[in-house]
Amino acid sequence: MAASAIPHKRVHPVRSFLVGDEPMTTGLWGIIFFIFSEIMFFAGLIAAMLALHSDTLLWEPTNGAHRVEGAHLLPILFTVLLVSTSIPMQFAAFAIRKGNRKAMLINMGIVLVVGTAFIINQYFEWSHAGFGISDGPYAATFYTLTGFHGAHVIGGLVFIFAQWLRGLLGHFDAKRNTAIEAATLYWHFVGFVWLLVIFPLVFFLS
Amino acid sequence: MATLAGAQTSSYAGANAWRVILEWLTTVDHKKIGIMYLWTAGAFGLVGMAFSLVMRTELAQTGTIISAETYNSIFTMHGSVMIFLFLLPIGAAFMNYSMPLQIGALDMAFPRINALSFWIFLFGGVLITLSFAAEGGTASAGWTAYPPVTLDTGNNAEPPGAGMDMWLVGVILLGQASIFGSVNFLVTIFKMRAPGMTMWRLPLFTWTTLVTGLLILLSTPVLAAALVLGFIDRNGAGGAFFDPAAGGQPLLWQNLFWFYSHPAVYIMILPAMGIVSDVFGVFTRRPVFGYRSMVLALIAIGLLGFIVWAHHMFTTGGVFLPFFMGATFLIAVPTGVKMFNWIATMWRGSNIFPTAMLFSVGFLMLFLIGGITGVFHAAVPVDFALHDTYFVVGHFHYTMSIAATFGFLAGCYYWFPKMFGKFMNEGLGKLHFWLVFIGVNLIFFTQLLLGLDGMPRRINDYVDNPGWELMNMLTTIGAFVSAAGMMVFLYNVFYSLKWGERAGSDPWEGTTLEWATTSPPPAHNFDSLPEIRSERPLFDLRFGEKLQDDPHYHVNNGHNGNGRGGGAKAPTASTREEA
Repeated sequence: MAASAIPHKRVHPVRSFLVGDEPMTTGLWGIIFFIFSEIMFFAGLIAAMLALHSDTLLWEPTNGAHRVEGAHLLPILFTVLLVSTSIPMQFAAFAIRKGNRKAMLINMGIVLVVGTAFIINQYFEWSHAGFGISDGPYAATFYTLTGFHGAHVIGGLVFIFAQWLRGLLGHFDAKRNTAIEAATLYWHFVGFVWLLVIFPLVFFLS
Repeated sequence: MATLAGAQTSSYAGANAWRVILEWLTTVDHKKIGIMYLWTAGAFGLVGMAFSLVMRTELAQTGTIISAETYNSIFTMHGSVMIFLFLLPIGAAFMNYSMPLQIGALDMAFPRINALSFWIFLFGGVLITLSFAAEGGTASAGWTAYPPVTLDTGNNAEPPGAGMDMWLVGVILLGQASIFGSVNFLVTIFKMRAPGMTMWRLPLFTWTTLVTGLLILLSTPVLAAALVLGFIDRNGAGGAFFDPAAGGQPLLWQNLFWFYSHPAVYIMILPAMGIVSDVFGVFTRRPVFGYRSMVLALIAIGLLGFIVWAHHMFTTGGVFLPFFMGATFLIAVPTGVKMFNWIATMWRGSNIFPTAMLFSVGFLMLFLIGGITGVFHAAVPVDFALHDTYFVVGHFHYTMSIAATFGFLAGCYYWFPKMFGKFMNEGLGKLHFWLVFIGVNLIFFTQLLLGLDGMPRRINDYVDNPGWELMNMLTTIGAFVSAAGMMVFLYNVFYSLKWGERAGSDPWEGTTLEWATTSPPPAHNFDSLPEIRSERPLFDLRFGEKLQDDPHYHVNNGHNGNGRGGGAKAPTASTREEA
């Protein structure tokens, strides 16, 4: 930004890691505030799940099917995969901060492939669940939480794909990369809300 | 571009008119978007007022004119339209229009997202109002939409139909518009301030925008979650969330709903408080008393607003009463600080009373009654006695509805010259004020009395208890008197747009930056900015030189660059006369 002529002040290492040493643009501020609103949205859904779970007579699906177990290979594998895509996404941000667009595109490509695989796996998990959305509080929260999280993953992927195309067209350099930084922050949010909250609650709450 | 805001007043012909319409439809200018919010919210406000007149006609005497089902629809839509489509967006109108001007910014941080917010809001609003055409009629579960009334549980005589779904989706859209708007306001205030405009020099209206933005940002998503669950509950989940018969919890909705809707009360009233603060700062010819305590009180109200939601649910038996009672009582403290500060601002001020100031003083009176009755409700035993009576209706109309509306009307009269370059007519304005002031007190004070007498809310007919018919008739008369007042206002708006007296760039001798540019401002807002050395840069510009020689007046002369502004102390007696 305009401050390039002024020598940079020392910045906090966490801040430097997350958004680089450049002054934060309005776009970055915007995405940070937006992520806070997203956190509150998921907090609402999760609070609903916990309230229903704490007070329900029957948590199991009412049609007699079993709940989706998290202790199986596939859910754990895809959880690990989704969360670890935060690493190539962060590498993409590191790369473009140095002006390396090619490395950015490769890293974002990895994120796109793995993220899409996560969504495909979620589709299979839904189709093998054995219960419908109307089979009691557990079933309803299962579909609502994984569905809204999936929608956010898809939204993130669409955004990253759009930036990937822009990268192909030669957009972004060491100075102008707000969209990449924003996508990175958002992708961290999508991964961590799954790892820390939705995955343990949906799959392991008994 | 610069002259386009004047398009309101002059008639364009033929192709030129289309060009102007296209310009407004595609605009990303915060001023035009603010004015569009103003017109739209005002139109919705008139619709909501029409609903209230239908209700008051029905309740004027015992006996029924309209069916109970129609009455349910009408009061539901009155509440929904007034809250979601009038009070919330009209706050957004002023925040959009004035806040960037007050901080000396070119525009909002994200002008296109700002336009997106407006169009999402409009679409959501149209969806909600169009639900009258839906099969099974509009939403009829009250604006609070408590399940299981919203659900088809098999017990409802007339389960709500598609109108309920349109209501839910419409409000989700409005929430989305609000969230985008709040992100925009916050980033604008944090990143777009003019040089010298430190946080402690922000005008009070901008401070209220900031706190309101945070409230919207953190509470609206929870409402969105509730609405989404409600929509899924009706269309698939079969009541698993909110219908006890299917394993759900009605209280869950109430908790999620009020987690938004209590802060929403502050989202509605805080911008009005900000407008009133700015108006007092101008028409008393004094700085607002206790600028920093005003800001801290504002922040305290915002924080406390998040921990009192369950006081709407005292009688459900599902909440921890002592905590929510205590926290609710606490809110009276920062609110009292603000009340006393406003009064202290007027104390020994060189007060003048144009219509904007009248509405601000009216705001104080109405908000006082509303605030005190609020403390009544905070007390659990009193609330148990008064819950769901007309006392509640009187109370919340006094605070968030009428007091807020008075604040926004003050804003209309105050910023109209800035928006359109013309004064509103003062004579009509005063007539408007007195009609509405007498009217609303007639409505809502009698409602308080009716509530104390035990009349329940949300009924379309009542037993002929002694005194009820008289007071209901008085309420209805009050409703029509206020409506007449609003018609005067409507006439005044169009009259003043056409024949209003021309206002210069600073018609009120204002103190904040929006008065440092032309009326209406050019598309880029400012050709040049005055130096900002206090929270009243225009006052400094006008009187700074003179006052620096005055030993009694300590102006912050710019050497104090540590961000601790607010150097402009109250003028002494000698300087006040010059001011």
